[in-house]
Amino acid sequence: MKRTRFYPYQQKLGGRMIEFFGWEMPVEYSGIISEHMAVRQKAGLFDVSHMGEIHVRGPQTLDFLQHLTPNDVSKLTPGQAQYTALTTPQGTFVDDMLIYCLEPGFYLLVVNASNSDKDFRWVADHASRFQVKVENLSEAYSQLALQGPAAEKILQPLTEIPLADMKSFHTAQGRVAGIDSLVSRTGYTGEDGFEVYSRDPSPGRLWEAIVERGKSYGLLPIGLGARDTLRLEAKLMLYGNDIDETTTMLEADLKWVIKFKKGDFLGRDVLLKQSEEGVGRKIVGFELLDRGIARPHYPVLVGGEQVSQVCSGTFSPFLKKSIGLVYLPIGQTEIGTEFEVGLRGQKAKARVVPTPFYKRPAA
Amino acid sequence: MYPGDYYYTKDHEWVQVKGQEAIVGITDFAQKQLGDVVYVQLPEVGAKLAAHQSIGTVESVKAVSDVFSPVSGEVSAVNAELANAPELLNQDPHGKGWIMKLKLTAPKEAETLMKAGDYERFLEGLDKQT
Repeated sequence: MKRTRFYPYQQKLGGRMIEFFGWEMPVEYSGIISEHMAVRQKAGLFDVSHMGEIHVRGPQTLDFLQHLTPNDVSKLTPGQAQYTALTTPQGTFVDDMLIYCLEPGFYLLVVNASNSDKDFRWVADHASRFQVKVENLSEAYSQLALQGPAAEKILQPLTEIPLADMKSFHTAQGRVAGIDSLVSRTGYTGEDGFEVYSRDPSPGRLWEAIVERGKSYGLLPIGLGARDTLRLEAKLMLYGNDIDETTTMLEADLKWVIKFKKGDFLGRDVLLKQSEEGVGRKIVGFELLDRGIARPHYPVLVGGEQVSQVCSGTFSPFLKKSIGLVYLPIGQTEIGTEFEVGLRGQKAKARVVPTPFYKRPAA
Repeated sequence: MYPGDYYYTKDHEWVQVKGQEAIVGITDFAQKQLGDVVYVQLPEVGAKLAAHQSIGTVESVKAVSDVFSPVSGEVSAVNAELANAPELLNQDPHGKGWIMKLKLTAPKEAETLMKAGDYERFLEGLDKQT
């Protein structure tokens, strides 16, 4: 199993390790609920070095990325990032990802750990018609996420990058705790916060300095368990649960990511047709009205017939109820529609609710 | 850690026998494996249980787990506090986090289960496998 460069620090802090797509990662430290609430109310530090990083550069990089992704890469200037996807010709997901524009003609793609090899092959295979160089730097990059309302206060004394001026989805390069880093105001929790990337072979001081500086703010180290409950409350998609190569971007309710006017891209024809004619099913958020937790793959029934299964589903530590995402046939997707979830042989009532389940209070 | 006057099962339940009665719960090892418990499904008072019969489920954020009766008997009480405060199972699994009381069918039956020392060795064995 692979370990990140921060592994020894996590072990020292009592992280309970599990295997996650070939990586030995902490699932929890002090407990999912306390970690979750620390991020909502104070701050949390995540090691997300297992994520994949791909560099794309060369004179035709912009055209190339416009071809591979549905969002408009031309809108990015150096120092900006966007949420987007690698789409198949069918308008479904090879993966979802972030694109960072580092310099004109030089971009960083940040992809899911579970897909990083597949994504690199996909990008490299499509590169032959373009003057671009594609490099898989997943092993070289480490990445930490510092999330929560106290994130800026914790990070600012550790870097000369002015963080107060950094807007959401903006980035800057500079030193953090003496380590050369790329800092972006991004995250996967629904809170304010930062992601810090570094290619330093010994980035340990980053972890140590943030933990030390965060102590007086109530910062906790956070495992994959709370990472999942946090992102689900914010209705951020998880590849493999909520989206994959069988779900289109429109079914996944990600129309805001698609910029049809930018010109052609992989899957555009299918998505445009779906956009005009409507989709047959759509992902919706639900809450369970009965006790229990609707977990991934549990059957979803409408009128007694199984129509689908739970994509993501968990207990929401913030709302203190069971929430989840599911694809339902159009006609069953209105807010307030009730259906049933099979919970280990018993049926529990569920109701379609507005999403995101959690929205952070305006600053 | 594990009270010397309790008996333990391989499914990580404990039973404390007091004459014709017994108290049943899950072990500290079980609660640590589950993490934060958020729902506990309890048996009904008056239910007649055979040893190894399922008595309900304990559900944490991470997982759902069946709980089995370590011995046979009739449910005489359940810990109703767990409905409002399931975290008692994490905080005090061998005490305030008890699950049910039983009127025992065969008071000697518990003696076939593991004692504290045996259970601790059993856990060490599990640890080596992982």
